[in-house]
Amino acid sequence: MNKNLELITAPLRKTNPVTVLILGICSALAVTAKLKPALVMGLSVTVVVALSNLVISLLRKGIPAKIRIIVQLIVVAALVILVDQVLKAFVYDVSKQLSVYVGLIITNCIVMGRLEAFAMANKPWESFLDGIGNGLGYALILVVVAFFRELFGSGTLLGFQVIPQGLYDFGYVNNGLMILPPMALIIIGVIMWLQKPEEDKK
Amino acid sequence: MESLGIFIRSIFIDNMIFAYFLGMCSYLAVSKNVKTSFGLGVAVVFVLAITVPINYLLDEYVLSTGALAWLSPKFAGVNLDFLSFILFIAIIAAIVQILEMVVEKFTPALYSSLGIFLPLIAVNCAIMGASLFMQERDFTTVGQSLAYGLGSGIGWLLAIVGIAAIREKIRYSHIPKSLQGTGIAFILTGLMGIAFMSFLGITFK
Repeated sequence: MNKNLELITAPLRKTNPVTVLILGICSALAVTAKLKPALVMGLSVTVVVALSNLVISLLRKGIPAKIRIIVQLIVVAALVILVDQVLKAFVYDVSKQLSVYVGLIITNCIVMGRLEAFAMANKPWESFLDGIGNGLGYALILVVVAFFRELFGSGTLLGFQVIPQGLYDFGYVNNGLMILPPMALIIIGVIMWLQKPEEDKK
Repeated sequence: MESLGIFIRSIFIDNMIFAYFLGMCSYLAVSKNVKTSFGLGVAVVFVLAITVPINYLLDEYVLSTGALAWLSPKFAGVNLDFLSFILFIAIIAAIVQILEMVVEKFTPALYSSLGIFLPLIAVNCAIMGASLFMQERDFTTVGQSLAYGLGSGIGWLLAIVGIAAIREKIRYSHIPKSLQGTGIAFILTGLMGIAFMSFLGITFK
């Protein structure tokens, strides 16, 4: 049981897919200007990684090694289509904001990386947990980045005003730079900077 | 003329790396020296210039609403948009496979230096992203989609060669220990992105 628990908790920090393994940066950063799309994106990726890990792990003995990439891509693409349709049906405005980045979950390196590194060699239940863990690890970074960008960039969180009006009257100005794409990269760089010494200690 | 505008725009303003963060994984993993990153960049330009127009035709004549009307008027109301993810990725994977075989046959030197990265192009977000952006932007001719594919590829090449050159030099600088490697690469990319933003506002009419 402990081992299973570790499958979920390890990717949150020690083997975080974004800051330690440098996977899945591609789609991670563009959706973090606001907290809400980041949450939805993190959740979608978690679902896709967990389910595709499960499916591939069930199929792993029947997949010929030579065409495994194509098989994996097809499974992932089918799952992403499902997620996309669900998002369009229930949270249409967020799905508009995410635009192409939902489709890009297919080519998210985390998904392919976990399939190759874990699901091809492990049992379905473990693979499923591993998928959940990695998805959550990814979501965590997304939410942290989005938190700072939305707080300092727009003064809101999830669309609610957080910075009091009094501060604005006093001369406080939102930092427009935080909304711009390059800041996401710099924030991730700083997160990695803070996380590294902690790992070296272990 | 409009194609030229799209071409230049996709290189500098809508740069794949600095504006959309696409293809970051291989961008960070391969950009340790200029030569290899140039090779990968060229491969990306190739693949983009081929896949974007093909996917454009696929979108125009098979997937979008009423696209099947050329087959029979009965299909005029059919919308196969939801299939685009799976078909695009299948086309991309197939073309990358073909490209890999061609490169292995004709330029073994390039093949050995790119090594495992060619298959990875199939899952490079920049390639898939360009096709999806192409679909979203409603280009009107194949020429425009070709200009877009080519431009995005060249923009990506520019970015990866730029960061590789900086990383080669930065090896001799005193960087805080825990920031070395990828950490500093992230911050560098951010700063390069800010520099690239100075192209914003340039329009081609």
